[in-house]
Amino acid sequence: MTHDLYRRPALGQHPPHRVDAYKSTVGRSPRKPAIVLPQTLSEITGPLLVNERLGAQENDLTRQRMGPPLGERIIVHGRVLDEDGKAVPNALVEIWQCNAAGRYHHPGDQHDAPLDPNFYGGGRTRADAEGGYKFITVKPGAYPWGNHKNAWRPAHIHFSLFGPAFATRLITQMYFPNDPLLAYDPIYNSVPEGARRRLQAAFDMEGTQPEWALAYKFDIVLRGRNAVPMEDEHG
Amino acid sequence: MADGLTPSQTIGPFYWGTVVNTYRADLAPLGVAGERIEVALTLHDVDGKVVTDGLLEIWQANSHGRYNHPEDRRNLPLDAGFEGFGRASTDTTGTAQFATIRPGPVPWPEGGLQAPHINISVFARGVLNRLATRLYFDGDPALAGDPVLKLVEPARRSTLLAKRDAQGVWRLPVHLGGAQETVFFES
Ligand SMILES: [Fe+3]
Repeated sequence: MTHDLYRRPALGQHPPHRVDAYKSTVGRSPRKPAIVLPQTLSEITGPLLVNERLGAQENDLTRQRMGPPLGERIIVHGRVLDEDGKAVPNALVEIWQCNAAGRYHHPGDQHDAPLDPNFYGGGRTRADAEGGYKFITVKPGAYPWGNHKNAWRPAHIHFSLFGPAFATRLITQMYFPNDPLLAYDPIYNSVPEGARRRLQAAFDMEGTQPEWALAYKFDIVLRGRNAVPMEDEHG
Repeated sequence: MADGLTPSQTIGPFYWGTVVNTYRADLAPLGVAGERIEVALTLHDVDGKVVTDGLLEIWQANSHGRYNHPEDRRNLPLDAGFEGFGRASTDTTGTAQFATIRPGPVPWPEGGLQAPHINISVFARGVLNRLATRLYFDGDPALAGDPVLKLVEPARRSTLLAKRDAQGVWRLPVHLGGAQETVFFES
């Protein structure tokens, strides 16, 4: 008898592969159902990247260049948890985002908004023993994209997490609460209605630092483990 | 308190320079045991066109078949300096390359061994969820008894088989859809 270590996501937790309103999915989504694989060592192990040396400034996107970037400085923090609310310790968390004007430091971004020489937009950190992580950055701007007429992405920060296993790998996006653009965004709305609110950070007055920066709290929940199966009494 | 899984979102087109800055990742520094191999994965969309803004990640066991991870508690050698993880962006030809070592076989939960394979994650603009697949080595005698390949209908198994080209590079096209759609796995 095989026991899956990680619970399989229930329907409605993640977006479908194809969402016609998000045009790029049409040519880039499998039509055949995925084959369900028992969780073998290949799936329950995964890169922990423990030897990755992180610089002291890597979680502070406002101090990676000559001077401070323009824009509204913010603190983005939270915890990496599993579905049972247990901390996922030491997880590598990576983020990337556009600058306050809505422009990525990326050769492919042709949006007519200024680049900020003091903002590059990438950061990394390692969650602590309680799963806690923290970034200092500037609030990203909204930006237009070619998906449909007058299409604008709501302000967002891209997040990448590994967690403990190949099976827990996650790339996602964090949004800001009450952004009017959320209602119009096919990427945010690709997530079924009951689950998409989890992509919104919460404004955090308690974490806000007087005279310095507003805080947003964003907890990230990775797949949880099944209860340890009972040892077979006859085995 | 957690109120459910954090949903997946696309990596988008602008990850270059932050999470990755190479089209060719080298996983095996000098001294790592095993047969050195080059792997080239080319990403295609449903019409067969190459995808030039994809991110491919690989995860594999070492030449002894041991994963560098605490859940792999078998008494097999670990290679210092070989994590078994690499990532690279696809280039203008849709290709991401990896210099690594040929992995050994890893166990199947119900007993026996799986054929040597490399686990692959696919991300790209327009891909809302990570797509997981595997690379197997064409011609490997272990393929015939592999329990994962047995789950795949015979006509589609070739989508998982890398073939060695004239230069000795193991090449595997990954098709996000279309007639040659790659077999993706959920676990
Ligand atoms: Fe973006």
